[in-house]
Amino acid sequence: MTPAAVLAATPMSTGEMWVFIPLGILALVGALGMVAARNAVHSALFLVLTMLCLGVFYIVQSGPFLGVAQIIVYTGAIMMLFLFVLMLVGRDASDSLIETLRGQRVAAILLGVGFAGLVCVGLGRALAGTTAKGLAEANSAHGGNVQGLASLLFTRYVFAFEVTSALLITAAVGAMLLAHIERRKGERPTQPEQMRARFAPGNYPAPKAGPGVYATSDSVATAGLLPDGTLAARSIPEILPPRELTSSETAPKGTDR
Amino acid sequence: MTLTPEWYLLLAAALFTIGAVGVLIRRNAIVLFMCVELMLNAANLALVTFSRINGTLDGQIIAFFVMVVAAAEVVVGLAIIMSIFRTRRSASVDDSNLLKY
Repeated sequence: MTPAAVLAATPMSTGEMWVFIPLGILALVGALGMVAARNAVHSALFLVLTMLCLGVFYIVQSGPFLGVAQIIVYTGAIMMLFLFVLMLVGRDASDSLIETLRGQRVAAILLGVGFAGLVCVGLGRALAGTTAKGLAEANSAHGGNVQGLASLLFTRYVFAFEVTSALLITAAVGAMLLAHIERRKGERPTQPEQMRARFAPGNYPAPKAGPGVYATSDSVATAGLLPDGTLAARSIPEILPPRELTSSETAPKGTDR
Repeated sequence: MTLTPEWYLLLAAALFTIGAVGVLIRRNAIVLFMCVELMLNAANLALVTFSRINGTLDGQIIAFFVMVVAAAEVVVGLAIIMSIFRTRRSASVDDSNLLKY
């Protein structure tokens, strides 16, 4: 018997127990952190932790192919896709704290605790007398886990496998359709049109003035001065929030002494 | 102290519950999606454990199919979220109420 086959016998061996307990706790921490994290990027990283733990569990339970596929497909591809979309969506991704329905959060948590209790009690009672057979026999029948999976996949489940390929192609085409922005030729302004709009009355054709840089400040938030001494509002980028220094910030810091 | 493989099922149930509660309490569409992924992963863990308890590889095959379907679902779902975000400038599920009666 291979070491993986020994691991899969019932009950858990000591080594498997020492894998299960810390990684199980880590997986739970990752899941809870994903739900609790305010920032969506932190949620994604917590979920990566949980998925890595699950991948190790698959390997320990004599499913090395699934474990590696979990790490490659889930943490490698799917979660990175999530992170890409989060970066595209940007800062808006953090959640608001306002509850739309009053008491919804408490009700949801109570429902969850009740559901978990029901499932755990049901599972515990249903599986009380069962013994796990272990996958040693099934894995060695075809010379290994991957070979065993392949022989099943291409005989009994071959039709499901073919349908899966149709699903994947449909999903890829659908994603391309959804993400594609149709731009017809007439929608883009031509160069003469841009020129006319630039010199139209009411538009300022010259480039914007740069922010003022003085001996006292080198911030881009400092407005440039017009010849008459007033501040040029156009010289500050619009995305910068207006900022006034408070009296404590303008007070001498005592560094000149 | 000895643990039996049923403990994997209890862990899967806990992870599934956390995912379900996350779907109910979070409102960012992307985080909701991650919670759905967590629920799928918990189901996968249960399938792999059942495969071990039964001594056949069929459970692992089903878990493999679940992975494939999850990948397709994520691709389409994220594309939908992106197109909603482009038109509504928001990824919160509370703002998508155009089809509300």
